[in-house]
This record gives sequence, structure tokens and C-alpha cells, in this order.
Amino acid sequence: MENENVKISTKNVNLYYGENHALKDINLDIKTNRITAFIGPSGCGKSTYLKSLNRMNDLVPGCRITGSFLLDGEDIYADGVDTNVLRRRIGMVFQKPNPFPMSIYDNVAYGPRVHGIKSKAKLDRIVEESLIGAAVFDEVKDRLHKSALSLSGGQQQRVCIARAIAVQPEVILMDEPTSALDPVSTLKIEELMNTIKDKYTVAIVTHNMQQAARISDYTAFFLVGEMVEYGKTDDIFSRPKDKRTEDYITGRFG
Amino acid sequence: MTKNDTQNSLCKKHIRISDIILKALIFLCSAVVVAMTLGMIIYIAVKGMEGMSWTFLSTPAFSYPYENYGVLGNIINTLYLVVITLLVATPIGVGAAIYLTEYAKQGRLTKIIEFTTETLSGIPSIIYGLFGSVFFYNIFKLNYSILAGALTLSIMVLPTIIRTTQEAIKTVPLGYREGAIGLGAPKWHMIRTVVLPSCIDGILTSVILSIGRIVGESAALIFTAGIASELTSFDSIADVFTKVLNQGGSLTVQLYQYAQRGGSEMKYAFSTALVLLVTVLIINICAKLVAYRVRKKRS
Repeated sequence: MENENVKISTKNVNLYYGENHALKDINLDIKTNRITAFIGPSGCGKSTYLKSLNRMNDLVPGCRITGSFLLDGEDIYADGVDTNVLRRRIGMVFQKPNPFPMSIYDNVAYGPRVHGIKSKAKLDRIVEESLIGAAVFDEVKDRLHKSALSLSGGQQQRVCIARAIAVQPEVILMDEPTSALDPVSTLKIEELMNTIKDKYTVAIVTHNMQQAARISDYTAFFLVGEMVEYGKTDDIFSRPKDKRTEDYITGRFG
Repeated sequence: MTKNDTQNSLCKKHIRISDIILKALIFLCSAVVVAMTLGMIIYIAVKGMEGMSWTFLSTPAFSYPYENYGVLGNIINTLYLVVITLLVATPIGVGAAIYLTEYAKQGRLTKIIEFTTETLSGIPSIIYGLFGSVFFYNIFKLNYSILAGALTLSIMVLPTIIRTTQEAIKTVPLGYREGAIGLGAPKWHMIRTVVLPSCIDGILTSVILSIGRIVGESAALIFTAGIASELTSFDSIADVFTKVLNQGGSLTVQLYQYAQRGGSEMKYAFSTALVLLVTVLIINICAKLVAYRVRKKRS
């Protein structure tokens, strides 16, 4: 794993929801074309951290962020940053599958259309490639123009992943993408993540430690707003340096 | 067999007197409601049929010195009022609702605006009429005109449209918004493509409620749209538009006039009422059909 580039670099990140100090001095580099997992008990700040990477926290009233966030060296929080471009470059898949109440085709074509692609042929190609990329094409190819809400939860989530990759982001943030799914669907999405990491940098929040161990290259362990430990996944799970990490991954608390 | 066994026995149905009485009472309540509604409708239908005829539907109202009794002019005026009021009030109301829920910072100002809209919806309609007659008649020099009436009615139905649309917008799941924003969609694009289509049902409901209020309104119209019931001749396309500047009494206003004159014209008041009932019924059925088709298309 030499020659790894840093995709997103964050330094001295502090985040407050009103009076609540939700993230404390986080320093973390997310590597290009790797899967980075964030683990930790509920309320530890891992989702908050993930959402601050594409400024989804801007939507939360009373949220204040300090520190530096660099995407390929560019400041994400600088004045004049176009958050629409930022979110095209850093896409997101949410905890609960949230396809729009429209057809599967329109769901996947939504992002490209937002960014100005109008040609039918081009959209057709993007939709097909994205659905193939999200390993759901074979299951939905005969009903592209049916409502996405008619799909199963697992299929919906893969359509959401297709929707995210349709705008060709550089980074995909996944906020517990399998927590609402059954084991079979979960497995499919985990396999999918392994295939997409050649093209994308993936950051994933998960409650499931086995999942982090199975799929990620790097793991960061969060606890009450602090990042306790960050390193290669193998190291974190086999030789944790911090006692608290060891306690968590061995299931002694959490 | 002990006492306990009898109580636990599955075969024996325990009937309590209080249950029966309560059930009877509740049944009676709904029976009264149904009977009253049906009774009123039947009464109006029977009385209304007396003066009902094709002539009644196809000629304008009684006017001296002609011996004409009819409501065609009023039907057309009412349709004009409905269309113009909705054309004015729906965009403003939906726009205001979008602003209040999506753009305005939630705080004192939005609270005040919401409180004002709620108060506005509780004001008796005669006060809207009084205001409209001063504001649109005198200040805007619209005189008695369908336009003045429709603008007055627009103010009157705005609260309904705003509140209903707001509630509908609030029910759109956060996930839809996050999904769109997360793809880099600008806010207005997100609202237009995801939020509004998901709450079209609610917006339609607000429009239906508004139509009901417009068709049923009389107090706000007497001083604004006037009471004229003659038929305008539509000789050219321009007449269709200039009509809005003419006086035009609605069905309800005409009903009021027939009833006020009483005597032999009373039966025409009932015929007008029957026309109103049927109009409302038709509008409701149409609206239900539209809502059903929208919902079907979406699912």
C-alpha cells in the first residue's frame, strides 16, 4: 500500500451543535481509492464527521465548524465554494434507502440532469452504466420506467448507489448504508464496495465491526466526539494501540 | 365449576348493558348526521325542482321589465370567479408556503407570519367584502367588477392555500431533500423536482377547499363583484377578458336576491340552491378524480 495519495485531509476539526461540542480536534487523512471505515458507538460523532466532508451539516441550524478540510488541497469550507460542485465531487449514500418517488431511470438520471446533461442517448448510457456499476442492472433492466419505490430495500439502496455514481463523484460517503437491510442485501452491497473502490474513494460509517473489518482498508475509531485511533484496518483489529479501541472491538463495551 | 371457570369460559359471550347503550347512542349520532344532510339535500332538491327548467338554466336572471327567471349569467360569473381567484391565489399561496417552510429562517418572523395567516382565516367574510370594496373599488377604481370580487376572494382563500400547502411540504421526507442536495442539486431545483411533486396531493387539497369557499361565498362578493346577472355577449375573444371588469353576481348572491324578494320567487331561490349543490358536487368529484389520477401516476 505504498504511493497512497491523500484525497481528503482534515486537521483540527471541531464541530459544535449549539453548545454541544460534537467533534473534538479530529485529524484524519482519507486515502485515494481506499475504503475508510468509521466505527464507534452511537453518538460518537462518526456520522457527523462524515457529513461535514460534503457540507451536509450546512443544512443543520446552529451547527458551527472550525478546522481545515482539504479536498485535493482545496479548502472545502472556503468562502465562495460552490457546494453544488462540492457535492457532485463528494457524493453520498444514506442510511435509509431514499430513492425519489419517481421511476428508476429518473432517479439515476436525476444527478446528471441537475448538472446539465440533456441528451437522451447520453442519459441512457449513464443510467445503464451506473446501474451496472451498482450491481443492480440485471434486476431492474426490464422495469426502468417503473417507480423506484416498488423495489425491495436492498435494491433501492443499490439504485441509490447508482444514483450517487451517476454524477461520477471522486468520493462516495456512505452513512451506515446497510443498517436497514437484510444480510443478503448487505452482502451484495459489501461486494459492490470492493469493486467500486478502484474508481472511487469510499468513506463509510458502520455500526457493524465485522463489516468494517471485512471491507475497509483503513479504520478510524470514534468515541464521544474524539477520534481515538486511526490506522490500517488489519492493525486496528489485530493490534489496537489504545485500550479503549481494544475494549470496543472485543465487545467489552459499546 | 367455580366462579372463576365461568368467567374464563370461551363459549359464553358476556354482554354488557353499557356496551349496548353506548353503541346505540353512537349509532344514533351518526344517524342524525346522515339524516340531516340527506334531509336537507332532498328538501332542496324537491323544492328546487319546482322552478327548475331548461329555461331557468339557459337564461340570465329576472330583470325588469322582462319576466325572466334564470341563473345562466350567475353560473358563468361563478366560474369566472373560481378561475380568476385560483389563478391569483394559488401561485401566491404556494409561493408563500414554499418560502415559509424552505427558505425563511425559523424564528420570530415566521411565527408572526404564520399567526397572521391563521388569524386571516378566521375573519368573517363580510369584513373581506368591506375591505375589498374600499381597497379594490375605490383605490384601484375597479368599481363593481368580477376582478374586484376575485381579488377579494383571493385574499380570503390565501390562508387556506398557504397553511394546507405548508403542512403538505412538511410531510416530504427529509431523505428526499438530503438525496437531492447530496447530488449537488441547487435548492430551487430540489424543491421543484422533488419536494413539490411529492406534495402535489396536498396542494390539490388546498385548491379543492378553496373552490368550495369561493363557490359558497356571498358576503364578500356583494360589495365587490356586485349583483348583476345579465348575460354578457361574447362576440369576440376580447369580450372574454373585458368581462372581468364588468359587474357579476355569483350564484350565491343571486340566491340571496331571489330569497329576499320571496313570494313567488322563493322557488327560484331553491332552484339556485340546487344548482349550487350540483356545482359543488361536480367540482368535488372532478377534484377527487384528479387527485386519484395524480396518486395513481405516482405509485
